[in-house]
Amino acid sequence: MMLPSVDALAAQIPDGALVAMPPDNSLPSVALAKALIRKGARKLRLLGVPVSGFATDILIGAGCVAEVETSAVSLGEAGFAPRFSAALKEGRIRVRDATCPAIHSMLQASEKGVPFMPLRGIIGSDILANRPDWKVVPNPFAENGEDPIVLLPAKQPDFAVFHAAMADSEGNVWLGRRRECATIAHASKAALVTVERVVEGNFLEDERMAPGAINATYITATAIAERGARPSALLDEYGFDGDYIADYARAAKTEEGFRAWLDREVFGGASKVAAE
Amino acid sequence: MSEIALEERLAATLARLILDPSAPPARQIAVGAASPIPAAACWLVRLMGNPVRLSLLHKRSGNPFTEGTRELFDLTGQGRIDLFFLGGGQIDGQANLNLVGTGEWPGMGVRFPGSFGSAFMYFMTPRTILFREEHSPRVLVEKVDNISAPGVSPPGVFRRGTAQALVTGKCVFRFHPGRARFSLESLHPGETVESVRAATGFAFDVEGDVPATPDPTEAELALLRGRVCDEMVETYPEFCKRVWNRSRAA
Repeated sequence: MMLPSVDALAAQIPDGALVAMPPDNSLPSVALAKALIRKGARKLRLLGVPVSGFATDILIGAGCVAEVETSAVSLGEAGFAPRFSAALKEGRIRVRDATCPAIHSMLQASEKGVPFMPLRGIIGSDILANRPDWKVVPNPFAENGEDPIVLLPAKQPDFAVFHAAMADSEGNVWLGRRRECATIAHASKAALVTVERVVEGNFLEDERMAPGAINATYITATAIAERGARPSALLDEYGFDGDYIADYARAAKTEEGFRAWLDREVFGGASKVAAE
Repeated sequence: MSEIALEERLAATLARLILDPSAPPARQIAVGAASPIPAAACWLVRLMGNPVRLSLLHKRSGNPFTEGTRELFDLTGQGRIDLFFLGGGQIDGQANLNLVGTGEWPGMGVRFPGSFGSAFMYFMTPRTILFREEHSPRVLVEKVDNISAPGVSPPGVFRRGTAQALVTGKCVFRFHPGRARFSLESLHPGETVESVRAATGFAFDVEGDVPATPDPTEAELALLRGRVCDEMVETYPEFCKRVWNRSRAA
C-alpha cells in the first residue's frame, strides 16, 4: 500500500505500539520518527536493532516513548544520547538492556515462528540478572556436564520502521545489503517503510536486485520521503551528516535547547504559529 | 621522524599484542564502532604483510557483511573471529567490563551508551584486547558497578577466551585468567610503577623490573603516517586530521 505522505504512514502507528528501528548506520527512517513526533505519539515502546541512535533520542525527548529495549543508545562520535540519558535519570522511561546478538536472535525466532532461540555467552552478565524473561537451561544435547545456555523468547514487534532506497511497482522495497532491516520486517506484524522514490518494474525479476530487496509480502505500507534517512547516510546515495548530529547534541543538552531544536527541525515553526 | 604521538605508540603496542606468538593466531579480526586506534593497529599489522582479514564494522564503504549486522555475531559464534577489541566505562581488576553505567542498574549514576555485543563477544572470541586510553581511578576500578561482560567464567560455562591484555594511555597490563588478575607488563614513557598504582583503582601484580613500552619502529611510523592513514581517513576523518593533520581528498 502506497500512502501519500510520511505523516499518513505515522498515523498507522497507535500509541503504545512496539516499534523496531535500526540505528544510525543502518537506514533509520528519521522522516517517520519526526512524523511520529508531529502526530504526538505517546507511550511507544522502541526496540533498537540491535542498538539505538538519533531517531530514538528525539522520540524520547519529545515525550513519545515509555520504554526502550536496546543494546546501547549513542550518537556515535557526537557522544552520549542526551535526551535518553535525561529521561532515564528522571524516571520517565523504562530501559531494558540487552546485548546485540540477543536482539537479533529474538527477532530470528519470530522470523522462524519458533518460541525461543538459544544464544551463547551472557551468563555472568548483569544483563541476564535484569532480564527475567531470559532463561538459562542445561543444553539438552550436551554429552558432558550441564553446559548451561541462555534461551531468549521470540520477539514480534508491532511495527518495523526503516528507510529504503526505493520501492517498485509491486510494493517490494530495495535497500541493498542492510539485511537487518529485512529481519525486522520478517519478524514484525507490520512494516512501514519510507523510500526515496518509486520505480517501474519488479526487483524480484532482476537477479542483481533481488538479494537486496524485501518482498512486498512483508511490507504493509510505504511513502516517499526524500532524504528520509537524513542525517543518517543512505547506502552510496548520500552521506552521514555529522555536523547536523553534532549541532543536535549541543542543543539537546538541555530541555530548553531540545525544545528549540524540535520547533525548528520537526515542527518547522508550525507549533509556534498554531499557538498564536 | 618527528616526535611519536601517543596514538601512534598505542597503535604500535596493540599491533605487537595482535602478533604475540604466545597467543592464539589472529587470522580474522573485527573492530567495533568508534575505535580508531585499534583500527590503526589492525591496518598496521595487515600492511606489514601479515595475512589478516579485517572486518571494520563502521567503515563507511565496503561493509564486510551481506547478511546484516547479525553476521558478525554468527561468525563469532562459530569461532571464525579470532580477536576483538573491547573497552568500558569501568574496567575492574578481574577484567569485568561495565558499558552500562555507574550506580544502580541500568546506570542511574552516569549512564554509558550500553553493552553493545560485549556480553557475547567476550566469551566467543579466543582472545580480546582491552583498550581504554583514559587511565584513571574512575575508569580502572576495584569492582565495576554493573557487569556488562564478565572477565572470567566458572568451569562448565562455554567460553573460548578471555582478555589477553589491557592497554591504556599509561601502560600495558597482561591478564591472567587462571588467577583473574592483571600484571603490569610495560610502562609508557614518563610512567613508573608508582604513578600507575596511583592512577589505578584495582590491585595488580608486578613481577621484577617492569620494562618500558617499546617505541614504534621507523618502519611502523612510516606506515602509520602513510598507508594506514590512507586507509582510515574515510572512516575516521577527525582522528586522521588530529593525529596526522591529514584531510580527506576532495
